[in-house]
Amino acid sequence: MSSPVIDIENVSFAYNGQPVLENVNLAIPQGDFVAVIGPNGGGKTTLLKLMLGLLKPDTGRIRVLGEATGGATHQIGYVRQDVHINRRFPITALDVVLMGKLDPRRRWARHTAQDRREALGALERMEMAAFAGRRIGELSGGQRQRVFIARALVTAPRLLLLDEPTASIDTKGQADFFRMLKDLNREVTILVVSHDLLVVSTYVKSVACVNKRLHYHHEAEITGEMMETMYPCTVEDVCPVELVAHGLPHRVLKHHED
Amino acid sequence: MLDALQFEFMRHALAAGLLASIICGIMGTLVVANRIVFLSGGIAHAAYGGIGMAFFFGWPYLAGTIGFALAAALVMAAVTLRSRHRADTIIGVIWAVGMAIGIILLDLTPGYNVDLMSYLFGSILTVPAGDLGIMLATGVVVAGFVGVFYKDLLTMSYDEEFARIRGVPVQRLYFALIGLLAVAIVMVIQVVGLILVIALLTIPPFIVEKYAQSLLQMMVGASVLGAVFTVSGLWLSYAYDLTAGASIILLGGAAFFLVLLVERWTLLRRAKRAV
Repeated sequence: MSSPVIDIENVSFAYNGQPVLENVNLAIPQGDFVAVIGPNGGGKTTLLKLMLGLLKPDTGRIRVLGEATGGATHQIGYVRQDVHINRRFPITALDVVLMGKLDPRRRWARHTAQDRREALGALERMEMAAFAGRRIGELSGGQRQRVFIARALVTAPRLLLLDEPTASIDTKGQADFFRMLKDLNREVTILVVSHDLLVVSTYVKSVACVNKRLHYHHEAEITGEMMETMYPCTVEDVCPVELVAHGLPHRVLKHHED
Repeated sequence: MLDALQFEFMRHALAAGLLASIICGIMGTLVVANRIVFLSGGIAHAAYGGIGMAFFFGWPYLAGTIGFALAAALVMAAVTLRSRHRADTIIGVIWAVGMAIGIILLDLTPGYNVDLMSYLFGSILTVPAGDLGIMLATGVVVAGFVGVFYKDLLTMSYDEEFARIRGVPVQRLYFALIGLLAVAIVMVIQVVGLILVIALLTIPPFIVEKYAQSLLQMMVGASVLGAVFTVSGLWLSYAYDLTAGASIILLGGAAFFLVLLVERWTLLRRAKRAV
């Protein structure tokens, strides 16, 4: 078996003395499509920032794509929460994608025609090429999110990290969005942070529940007949997500065994 | 207007106004895009402490002012980077304390002869040729900095986290931006005054922001708009014998509110049509 794409060992992290993550272990294999779920403030975004090297763990070890954090950051495509972005900012969709082509060694140079072609290609893959010249603030939430994914894809990532990508998309759009991610998953490993297991459960291969601690549910653990565990993680437990499944396929998670 | 140009002081005023418009158009775009208008105001006011120090200790004027403004600016930048939610309070404190230091030190300096009003409103009609050279140099440095780091500045301004991940030295770039902002502000203030600097830093970029497709367009547009305000303000002040700086600011302010009104109106009309 090849080495895991993300390998986290005994990681703990605290903000100002408040423990956010405790003794987290996680190994994500290549080609996985993981949903990271859990309550707000449970440490999902912190976990993502640790993987990206934006934060340093207090204890433990993180390896991403076989390298210590920071070393492989340029091979990670990162799509952050839309809410933090300034919508009035004067920038076109194409220029947002071109940010993915930022190369510290060619700081002075303008973007090449090749850069532009690749950026347009990424927009095309996201079916957003027609909007390349539009200001990003004029696009809908779902369209904007596709532009951000195009920006991540243009960096030719081996791993795609998405933080609450569907927060500003309606339910129908969310389903389309995850179908599109599923297509992308054929090429890259994807980890998506979400608070909505309902939508996620149909598309992902595995689920990681984060609330200070982390529980990883591998695909093999998810079975259809465990009706008594319809509510896999109770509020008191790790993740306050109610899983309501109707029809097939439905997936139910086992209880955490602590 | 043309007959006004036969006076050397008017030619100097025009040149100073145009240079200030360009410097403020470029830096103001970054200020508005990075939402550091308050921080810029803090730098501009705190710099007065540097003037007081320069006079009191007998330092060279520019070295004292720039040194103090830079120190205040870098403290503000550090606070902003570290704890964003508390930054405005600390900037407010530095803003006030800087000004107070300046005033007390000038009180204590015997034979002191520069008053607060000329710091606030400047004297664009009495710009010596030497100051024009300083402003030109500042403009070249500002344009050069933005030209070299444009892509990095753009990415940092739009999405700081993404910039970090793509290997942009965000921390150093941010300090460089704030440091350059401090220098530019001090240079322009001594020519046109603090109030006009803040007006030129904020009003043109704000108006242009809505219509620009890129940061570069916003910089060019804000510079042009600032120049329009400056030239017409100077003409107003010449024709009707008004204070030049205040005329320029009021023109900008009028345009600012006009744009807001027009925007409101079109939004209302669009909403009505939709119904």
